[in-house]
Amino acid sequence: MAASANLFDQQESNRRRSFWLVTGFLLFFAWIGFGGDLAIYLATAGTAQAHRVPGIGIVVTLVASGICWYSWKKGAARVLWATGATEVVEPADELERRLVNVVEEMAIASALPRPRVYVVPDADPNAFATGIEPGQAAVAVTRGLLERLDRDELQGVVAHELAHVRNLDTRLMTLLAAMVGAIALMSDGLGRMLRGGVRIGGRSGGGRSARGGSKGGAGALAVVVLVLWLVTLLLAPVISRFLAMAVSRKREYLADATAAQFTRNPMALASALEKLAAAAEPTQSITRGAAHLCIVDPSASRLSSREGFLGDVFASHPPIAQRIIRLRGMAFQAAKQGSPQP
Amino acid sequence: MSIILLVVVAAIALWVITAYNRLIALKNQVANGWKQIDVQLKRRHDLIPNLVNAVKGAMDFEKGTLEAVIAARNKAVAATGVPQVARAEGELTQALGRLFALSENYPQLKATANIQQLQEELTSTENKVSFARQAYNDVATTFNTAQQQFPTNLVAGLAKAWPAELWELEDPAERAVPNVDLRMN
Repeated sequence: MAASANLFDQQESNRRRSFWLVTGFLLFFAWIGFGGDLAIYLATAGTAQAHRVPGIGIVVTLVASGICWYSWKKGAARVLWATGATEVVEPADELERRLVNVVEEMAIASALPRPRVYVVPDADPNAFATGIEPGQAAVAVTRGLLERLDRDELQGVVAHELAHVRNLDTRLMTLLAAMVGAIALMSDGLGRMLRGGVRIGGRSGGGRSARGGSKGGAGALAVVVLVLWLVTLLLAPVISRFLAMAVSRKREYLADATAAQFTRNPMALASALEKLAAAAEPTQSITRGAAHLCIVDPSASRLSSREGFLGDVFASHPPIAQRIIRLRGMAFQAAKQGSPQP
Repeated sequence: MSIILLVVVAAIALWVITAYNRLIALKNQVANGWKQIDVQLKRRHDLIPNLVNAVKGAMDFEKGTLEAVIAARNKAVAATGVPQVARAEGELTQALGRLFALSENYPQLKATANIQQLQEELTSTENKVSFARQAYNDVATTFNTAQQQFPTNLVAGLAKAWPAELWELEDPAERAVPNVDLRMN
């Protein structure tokens, strides 16, 4: 029962993280909006066209709230849509039939409602799970995975994904995917707008700065706020991606262990991971935003196999070699005890 | 004074309610776990006649094995109660294992798409049975522990919580490898 205590800890911590993620996202957008207002207010203070109503802040915060709501409601569907996954309603061939059966088996083993099953048309082997609530989860695997893995290995991979669903990792990850995407989009858009805006400001700003020169303090403060604002804007996509990577790395070991508990067969997942590591080509159809959802890093396995500082900071997954070693260790333990741990 | 007494009585009442509800919830989970196994066992029983019919023509020389499978299946269908069902299903698993081992000698069987599909369904059903059993044993153990531990055992009688029987494995080989390998290739 130690494993289930661990599970509830993990669920609780993921609930908390999801809450802080959404809060942080809202605060970030509020700062982008109101910070912009503040900069304009300080720059125009005392002039005829003084900026008194923080309109940008209100609008941006409302938009961010909208994005949060949308991510919660539709995040999973958007992630699936972005990868081009199609739902398996009626299995088209033997491989899909096997996948559906394996998902049903693992749903029984993990005491979860049967998730929906998706196939991504991509030749590279990879898999991910998504969904805000465990009751509406979806498991997606690539066509390449179906073709390369045998039944036991596929079972290990599906069990790993259902472990994520059960730990509520998928909620956090799906929200993260939607929000990282939103931040990247906004940063791009605002960056483009700013580049346009600076040119206009440069032309008409001459008179204003001459007039504001008498209030040197306010002008300096405006510059500081503006610089801080710009820095946040530039760093946001990078930071949010780091966050996604850091949050996902720790989860993989736990999901591997839980998968071993569901299948009572750690070696199958170990050999599946070996096959996934050997197929080093990038998974084309899974974009960077959803990378942290996958069982192995879709952007080729270069970073995932690297240990040490670089791997720690940049990889979305722990080194595959490490995961395989741990799974082998579990298999050895189980064999030594003569029976799989309950 | 009377306030303290009231608080103590209220606290005890609250605890009894909580403990009672937990036992009832676990009891229902055990019942549900058993139902899950039952669903999968029924599926297995339904598939076996199809399988036997499909291989009968090709495996004409293995009449004894085929009959043993059918007999084990009929015995399993008739079984009731956890220990008896567990034993009957264990025998059926062994009979099926022998059938699949023998089917290795009939390569033409593997070529049929029909047989392949049946094979996949049976493999999946075997797995589902074993995973449902695993889930049942897990929740039954939790239930048994909860009703025997002090002080919850004081309300166990009230909640009509009797120890649930675990699905014991007869065959030690099955314990080591919970997934019966039914692949023909």
